[in-house]
Amino acid sequence: MMGHWIIAPVVLPAFLAPLIVLWMRFDLRTQRVFSVAGMVALLALALTLAASASLNPPEVYRLGNWEAPFGIVLVLDRLSALMLVLTSALGLAVVLYAIGSGWDKRGWHFHSLMQFQMMGINGAFLTGDAFNLFVFFEVLLIASYGLMIHSGGEARLKAGVQYVVYNLAGSTLFLFALGTIYSVTGTLNMADLAQKVAQMPATETGLLRVGAVLLMLVFAVKAALVPFQFWLPATYTNAPGPVAALFAIMTKVGVYAIIRVYTLVFPAGGTIGLLAQEVLLPAALVSLVIGMVGVLGARDMGRTVAYSVIGSVGTMMLAFSQFDERATAAGLYYMVHSTLAAAALFLIVDLVRERRGVAGLRLVPVRPVKNAGLLAGMFFAGAIAMAGMPPLSGFLGKLMILDATRGDWLIWGTILVTSLIAIVGFGRAGSMVFWKAHAAEGIPPEGPRDATSPGLAFTAAGGLLAGLVALTVLAGPATDWLRATAAQIHAPQAYIDAVMQGAYERAWSATSGHEDGHATPAGEPDPAHAAEPEAGH
Amino acid sequence: MEALVASAIGIMTAAGIYLILRLRTFPVVLGMAMLSYAVNIFLFATGRLAVNMPPILGHAGANTPGYTDPMPQALVLTAIVISFGMTAVVVMLSLGAFIEAGNDRIDLGEEEKTK
Repeated sequence: MMGHWIIAPVVLPAFLAPLIVLWMRFDLRTQRVFSVAGMVALLALALTLAASASLNPPEVYRLGNWEAPFGIVLVLDRLSALMLVLTSALGLAVVLYAIGSGWDKRGWHFHSLMQFQMMGINGAFLTGDAFNLFVFFEVLLIASYGLMIHSGGEARLKAGVQYVVYNLAGSTLFLFALGTIYSVTGTLNMADLAQKVAQMPATETGLLRVGAVLLMLVFAVKAALVPFQFWLPATYTNAPGPVAALFAIMTKVGVYAIIRVYTLVFPAGGTIGLLAQEVLLPAALVSLVIGMVGVLGARDMGRTVAYSVIGSVGTMMLAFSQFDERATAAGLYYMVHSTLAAAALFLIVDLVRERRGVAGLRLVPVRPVKNAGLLAGMFFAGAIAMAGMPPLSGFLGKLMILDATRGDWLIWGTILVTSLIAIVGFGRAGSMVFWKAHAAEGIPPEGPRDATSPGLAFTAAGGLLAGLVALTVLAGPATDWLRATAAQIHAPQAYIDAVMQGAYERAWSATSGHEDGHATPAGEPDPAHAAEPEAGH
Repeated sequence: MEALVASAIGIMTAAGIYLILRLRTFPVVLGMAMLSYAVNIFLFATGRLAVNMPPILGHAGANTPGYTDPMPQALVLTAIVISFGMTAVVVMLSLGAFIEAGNDRIDLGEEEKTK
């Protein structure tokens, strides 16, 4: 059992970030040391929490020791632990890459923004309260706004404005959804919501269904599911390379929220029936098609990878929209894989961009860049992984998803055909940039601009590829662990019990002698929930 | 009062959505502000509308006149702070983009898309 350590993944970066801003503002070297040390500590912490979560049932951390529906809780279970490990591993690679490639010295406050970003993402994965989820979404978004426009430039600022406006609209929608759900149930604690929603008579769920679908829209915006994917290509292409790689986890925040809310609060076949599945499945199919066609149609290497992110979100949502254990386990495996693969590809693409000079990432042949052979090999490996060809983990992930959806010809057909399209698209991008370069005329580009240590940058990108290899080699133990995770996700009673069992009794005994049972509430006929302290500050 | 609050939320949301669909940053920023006002009132109203009720329980036992749900008030306070901060961010960002680009169009130009 982890006790207070559960909140450490939020507190550690929350402490480091202002420290970096205030204390080491003008000393990039110290910033780098603390940033890397923070990420390593975060990774160690996440691994420890994951080890604990895989041995124990879900564990609850009560903030300020307020009992569950009245105060905010953090909940550590296998799914949150998995996401924490993935986030911190990615964060470490991104920070190393930013240091190696010199991105962190092209603007102010890269490292502190990274730490704030980690704080928001970790908090979103840990929280057990829907309004607190909104707050952590805002924390991670406001950090991502800063990272997105890091080092400035016209195109980046314009893309940044689009990204911010799109996400602000999403946040507003999130508040509307939460308000709707609160007005029906009188609570926003997810475990309490699960209990309240399950007790609602099926004839009175109209407003609740509206709330559930609004919430789905919000998470779809974060996950870049069609028809809310428009923000993604411009954002990811114009963001600095390491930031785009970090954003590979940002779409997964939306995916995580969908899994969490629609298995815990609105389980399939529960009060709102199969609503979530009916909405998700078509969206996932269309995302997959649009993403992979985008890979083929892109005129720029950054966009090729950005569209493949949309496609991969579609693939994993196909698995998650089945809402059964085997498909969820397959989807989780594919999610880990595609996060690493997308991040690796964004880093590789950035390495190419740094070396191509004015040609940028446009798919036009220019003379071979420095380290062209190594870069071509790395891009080849990343593209194989992303398209889902053997021998890397993308193939295994897609195979497991196909296996879990056996008999559904629409899903099979879509996955197989779009995989072929993706292979052609990546092949086209790679051959244009790396192979046709040898026949190109003109002067060779100058090589990387102001890189601190190109070796470190290559190591960071290679480390993510090594993660993919490890995921492939250790596919057996990994899938066993993920199956147990999926089983825990689909048996949410343990989660609800961990948060709610005995909570009211403890709360009343703590406030014994407090005579307020006679008051009549003015509006909401649910006095048990009206005494909640100010949550969400 | 319900009709007044509901129509206020509706009109502000409609105005906000119309404005964020414009092609210049200034109306979009105004639209975001409108939308956040609308959602703040909406959140406030989710605890039901009650006039002249305290948001805490009194100790007067049976004589307590009743109370209004304090939870949405806490939520809306958080939402106001966040949306205010976010509006400030989007204003700064739009100004930055305006100064860099020399225009306040919100869409990317054709060559910027492929840069």
